[in-house]
Amino acid sequence: MTFLKVFAFSLLSLLVFTVFANILPQVQSDPPKEETLDTGSMDMAGMIAFGERLFRGKGTCTLCHNELGRAPDMLNLDLTADFASRLADPAYAGAAKGKTGARAFEIYIRESMQDPSIYVVPGFGKKGTNDTVSPMPRVDAPPIELTEVEMNAVIAFLQDRAGVKPTVPLPSAEEAPAAEPAATAQEEDTGPLTDPVEIIDSYGCAACHDLNGSEADLGPDLRGVGTRLSREEIARAIYDPDATIAEGYEPGIMPQDFGERMRVSELNLLVDYLASLK
Amino acid sequence: MTPGPIRPAFRAGIVMASLVLVAAAATGLLPDPAAAAADQGMNAATAGAPHVARGDYPTIAGMSSRTTVWALAQMHLFLAAFVLAVPLFSLATEFMGKVTDDGRYDSMAHEFMKITMAAYSFTALAGGALALALFLFYPPLMGYLLRVFRGQVLIYALLFGLESVTLYIYYYSWKALRYGNRKWVHMSIGLLLNAVGLTLMFVANGWATFMMSPAGVDTTGAITGTVWEATRNPLWNPLNLHRFLANIAYGGAIVGAYAAYMFLAEKDPARRAHYDWMGYTSNFIAILGFLPLPFAGYWLMAEIYSYSQQMGITAMGGVLAWLFIIQAVLIGTIMLAANYYLWSGLMRTDRGRKYVPYVKYVGVVIIGGFLVWVTPHTLILTPSEVQVLGGTNHKLLGPLGIMPAKNTAVNLMLVFTFLSFQMFYRSSRIPTSRFAPAGNAIIYALYIVGCLNIVGAGIYGYITPTVYKVGASVPQVVSTLVIIVGSVIIDIFRLRGAETTTIHWGRMSPRSQYALFVLPVAFTWLMGLMGYIRSSLRTYWHVYTVMRDNSAEAYIPTIGQAGNVITLITLGFMAVMVFVFWLSRLGETRQAAPEPRPPARTATETAR
Ligand code: HEC
Ligand code: HEC
Ligand code: HEM
Repeated sequence: MTFLKVFAFSLLSLLVFTVFANILPQVQSDPPKEETLDTGSMDMAGMIAFGERLFRGKGTCTLCHNELGRAPDMLNLDLTADFASRLADPAYAGAAKGKTGARAFEIYIRESMQDPSIYVVPGFGKKGTNDTVSPMPRVDAPPIELTEVEMNAVIAFLQDRAGVKPTVPLPSAEEAPAAEPAATAQEEDTGPLTDPVEIIDSYGCAACHDLNGSEADLGPDLRGVGTRLSREEIARAIYDPDATIAEGYEPGIMPQDFGERMRVSELNLLVDYLASLK
Repeated sequence: MTPGPIRPAFRAGIVMASLVLVAAAATGLLPDPAAAAADQGMNAATAGAPHVARGDYPTIAGMSSRTTVWALAQMHLFLAAFVLAVPLFSLATEFMGKVTDDGRYDSMAHEFMKITMAAYSFTALAGGALALALFLFYPPLMGYLLRVFRGQVLIYALLFGLESVTLYIYYYSWKALRYGNRKWVHMSIGLLLNAVGLTLMFVANGWATFMMSPAGVDTTGAITGTVWEATRNPLWNPLNLHRFLANIAYGGAIVGAYAAYMFLAEKDPARRAHYDWMGYTSNFIAILGFLPLPFAGYWLMAEIYSYSQQMGITAMGGVLAWLFIIQAVLIGTIMLAANYYLWSGLMRTDRGRKYVPYVKYVGVVIIGGFLVWVTPHTLILTPSEVQVLGGTNHKLLGPLGIMPAKNTAVNLMLVFTFLSFQMFYRSSRIPTSRFAPAGNAIIYALYIVGCLNIVGAGIYGYITPTVYKVGASVPQVVSTLVIIVGSVIIDIFRLRGAETTTIHWGRMSPRSQYALFVLPVAFTWLMGLMGYIRSSLRTYWHVYTVMRDNSAEAYIPTIGQAGNVITLITLGFMAVMVFVFWLSRLGETRQAAPEPRPPARTATETAR
């Protein structure tokens, strides 16, 4: 008898919890679906719309970028003024430093997505890092994993919201969004390079530096540069070469425009590669 | 060794252990993914996590892979939590018995262990079944985890063997090593048992947390570090602490239910008194483990945020936000039940009545705190989720739902739960020391200043214009601890040499015992819920950011579906526990010897 009473009582409590769980709003969270788009025929308007879908959907940007103050509320901010003030901030040291206009916005947004800590909006940094480390994840890496084309679409969307004409390339038919980024890197002007040696070739670094066996000596020997310089210093030396001058060399010889010509992803790869030369 | 019905359980244990070994051996027969990778010309160590397509997941007899693994894993966790926790406080109780020289403690510690022994085989059974199911349903994932953790599974198996050996020795040598120095030997065995048990849990926690915050591998999942680095991933220690505490609270709650049931079922007043006392002690243990849990929980959550803000927001603001509301309801239920039980306990002493008028104020604070805690603040959602839920922000309730308010509520609830306990403690002691009135005044002051501090810091935190209002929570926690620790110390001095009045153990209403059933039911369900949250945080990843879950069941089920599954698992667990309790009771039941039969006539007699 006692047993039955106790059992019934326990069952009842269980039932209460179960019913409670069932009357709350029910949401099932599905993994993101890959959109298969006819990108060959996509014009810039389609690209912007695609970007907005990604911003609210697969990109999970609105998880943080919303009105709750965890990240800049980009859907409600005046992005024109916002981006311009970031670029003008003395603390900004990215590739678009000192530049303005649509192209600079593209660089800034791309940096924000691929290497968020290059510039951290004041007050939003990771706790305890004094705004040097961004809590935002790289969007081209897991768990978000936007492809090159998808990132371009998001940039187009944000550029459009910032009132400038999107400068990103339209995807060609080969570059379906679902395709692996590696497969999209065939044509130089549409996709970024993904192999550091190729990058060095295409930007002609080895013409001045002793790299890949070129034995050139216009610039410092870069074999083993990873032992002398940190990742940050190497990156700086590429996109802002005159900031510090290597001993025994003249300023102004190394081209100043790599920061502009190079993709952020290429810069990253290149820096990783150089830093690994030990 | 005392022959008794525990023996079958012992034998069953051996059977289970060998089952596990067979399962482990069987896994050795499965295709070795590392070798497969090597075949493809890759170095196994540098190969990343496998990319698995939908078709690579075996389907077996139309069973839902995820639900099967989920149920087995949770069942194993329930049992393991219980089996690991009880020896911890059993040893503590045994130690109490030794230092106070009070045999009652010792026999209660032994009784705790008796229940554990019967549950142990089921733990092993569930663990073996879980391992088997994982390898059957998720071979690529298990292959990858084996690759990352290399020989660690063998260490786990070894530890499991050691755990079995020490557990059996600890239990069966109880009577043989009862007094004097031998008791210390016995307690050392207990210590060893607990050390092994905790290590066992920490190892398993490493696997669970690796899947949430992988370390020792690069972004593709290729192994770059040692097994130790993979184990010591960012969430490992927070989870270790949280589970350690939660296990103690959980074990206490379950043993309490056993005592409550025995109390209700017993007729003999002496036995009732014993079980009342056991119920009280168990509840005390449960609360002891419970009080620091919210802090450990917040630490865990803070580490999740700092590991990945994305994961943190997914937990607290995304689809899972509602789960924390259920969590709050369950925790509130637990607090109310534990307090109700403590208040009922005032009946046991003659002076207890004096405190009854205060109970209603304590009740108001606990319920008020509970209501603040369940108030949701914001729900951050994807647009489609917003459509379903109709808005992200609770406009009216917003201010109550933010962290400072919740922290204030939690701290006040803890302080007042402690107050309930203190009232009972005092009700059986009449202070005689000169220091008593002054001490009393200090304690009052501690409570008043402490509570004002908690509320004040809460208000300050509320008006501070930062996103992270964590600063305010530190003085709150400190206040709570000062009140609790301070008044314990003062009471020890104040009540030194106090005249103790009898506690009438057993003078408890049957209704109060039901609080001791609410506790484990809510606890079990809560653990199930938290397990679901932990897994859901990984969203559609087996190993977060490293190995994607491409199975058909990669979605996060709705709260309702999850609740139903958790209820079923809880029912299963309850059934096992009823059986376990029954088994351990069986050990005491003696069949009456048959009546001596009238001497039968022998053939020679008949012949005569
Ligand atoms: C886990 C939270 C989180 C997610 C998800 C996230 N971000 Fe961010 N993002 C931040 C934070 C925090 C900042 C501010 C700190 C900084 O500058 O890095 C930020 C800054 C930015 C900035 C610079 C904004 C400014 O005002 O200068 C851009 C652009 C940006 N994010 C784009 C995106 C895009 C596009 C996505 C989705 C593909 C995204 N973010 C997803 C947290 C996030
Ligand atoms: C026209 C010749 C020229 C080209 C092309 C060139 N560099 Fe340089 N580079 C120099 C000179 C000269 C210096 C030394 C002056 C200075 O520090 O700016 C230098 C400095 C550097 C440094 C700093 C080395 C140190 O020891 O401080 C790095 C790193 C570097 N270059 C990388 C590159 C990379 C990568 C490329 C290709 C994308 C490249 N350079 C292309 C001429 C060149
Ligand atoms: C309020 C802050 C808290 C947070 C953020 C939190 C968070 C979590 C999380 C994420 C888990 C998953 C770990 C797992 O199961 O593997 C967990 C487990 C758990 N939590 Fe909490 N928790 C909090 C407070 C509490 C409290 C107050 C209790 C007290 C009842 C509690 C009881 C449990 C239990 C029993 C488990 C399962 C432990 C195990 O599996 O061994 N938590 N918690």
